[in-house]
Amino acid sequence: MSEKRPDFRSEELLVSVVADLIGDVRHVAVGNASPIPAAASLLARARGGGKPYVSLLGSPRHTFFTDGGRELFDCAGQGRIDVFFLSGGEIDGEGNVNLVSVGDYDRPTARFPGSFGSAYLYYVVPKVILFRTEHSKRTLVPKVSFISAPGGSDYNVHRSGGPIALITNRCLFSFDRARRRFTLQSVHPGHTLAEVTVNTGFEFDRPPDVPVTPAPSPETLRLLRQAVAPELAEVYPQFAAKVFGFGKSA
Amino acid sequence: MPQFVRKLDEALAPITDGCLLAIPRESSGVAMAATRALIRRGVKRLALVALPTSSLQADMLIGAGCVETLETSAVSLGEFGLAPRFTAAIMAGTIKMKDATCPALHAAFQATEKGVPFMPLRGLIGSDVLAHRPDWKTIDNPFGDGDPIVLLPAIKPDVALFHAPMADRYGNVWIGRQRELMTMAHAAAKTVVTVENIHAGNLLEDPKLAAGTIPGFYVEAVAVAERGAWPLPLPDYYAWDAEHLTEYARLAATDEGFAQYLKQHVHERKAA
Repeated sequence: MSEKRPDFRSEELLVSVVADLIGDVRHVAVGNASPIPAAASLLARARGGGKPYVSLLGSPRHTFFTDGGRELFDCAGQGRIDVFFLSGGEIDGEGNVNLVSVGDYDRPTARFPGSFGSAYLYYVVPKVILFRTEHSKRTLVPKVSFISAPGGSDYNVHRSGGPIALITNRCLFSFDRARRRFTLQSVHPGHTLAEVTVNTGFEFDRPPDVPVTPAPSPETLRLLRQAVAPELAEVYPQFAAKVFGFGKSA
Repeated sequence: MPQFVRKLDEALAPITDGCLLAIPRESSGVAMAATRALIRRGVKRLALVALPTSSLQADMLIGAGCVETLETSAVSLGEFGLAPRFTAAIMAGTIKMKDATCPALHAAFQATEKGVPFMPLRGLIGSDVLAHRPDWKTIDNPFGDGDPIVLLPAIKPDVALFHAPMADRYGNVWIGRQRELMTMAHAAAKTVVTVENIHAGNLLEDPKLAAGTIPGFYVEAVAVAERGAWPLPLPDYYAWDAEHLTEYARLAATDEGFAQYLKQHVHERKAA
């Protein structure tokens, strides 16, 4: 097939999809080492003319917090954070995330850094977007070895938040909290349904015809490259240089 | 007036073998010069508690055999990869690990700050973080109706250790907006701080500085350690030493490499 090569990078597609998922909200918070969610949040703000508030952890310029590390969590507990992002060494089909270890907890076969704030934020932030660029059977598993934070909770457990979607390098899934199950929403350009199926360790639902993830619009690409890239470069200089060619000498 | 400002090794005397030592996250100001001094002294059996995460500091203390128990939400070198000595110790089962989540550690320090025995926290129910913490309890909210909630026992460190931009000779320590350092100092029985320099006046006499100052009342000892957070950053003052951290990650990947790192950067370079 002689398809025209797309005039955007795969990272720009992911940023655009995540910005759409963020939607019309008041406050988006992004954890450390998350350049794509950070770029998506800044894109949402550029589209919204300054709304939502964006808090990029680890960036004094891009947070308004003045009450120490606890303020993020207190703010979330108050219901003042609408969107957060989580990844996982493993993610399973019920939306459980594992940031701790693989195998037996006392004698693991792999150890990750730890749960960070996930065992709290996953419960209280209304829209949690799961994010894992490595889409493989190693990362998307039938059942996680360790639940850092569960995808769903029993009816009597306080749960004002939870997952809404999972985005990978290959596709976008939505998450149904009542059924605790993912549905394939779209497959990214250049990838196939067969490839998604063979590389996913858990079962998921799919529509009869799976759409292709829409390409970023020219306006989105313009905002990303002109408005978002310079802001992002302050926090993620290497990523901004690689993806947007911004400040390459830095 | 007590003599607050001491030589580094003297200031670190309260950090004895087996003590419960509180350390801050990387972005708050980590006392790395002090950490190297503790490793040189050969401190043992530390119960290390991070508020709420750690990076190079926990990794080095674990690798050097100083740690018996570790409570934290994560140990990672961030952009520089996994924390290799932490990972190796967990895989080999040589430290006792208490996995937590960030707000649980903040809340447990705040319990001690308030002088209450525990603090409730949302979340956690249904996680394996909770399942592996027999010291955490789930109760029914006494003000609610069938509303389970987790209680965390107060964490009362013997010593809190961190690095800050400046202190004065009255023991007042300026921390700016790194407010978790205030909570640490309130919660710990003793607080030991290394600083870039000694402020000439009294920090509490300037209202702009006083708001970001830990009063000397809470402080046990202060020592000057210029670039004392190196190779980690001191926020608003200096950044990571990326080259050094890359080299650390490379060397610490093996036992031999880590021993070489300690020899080169801890035992031989006393001034660093």
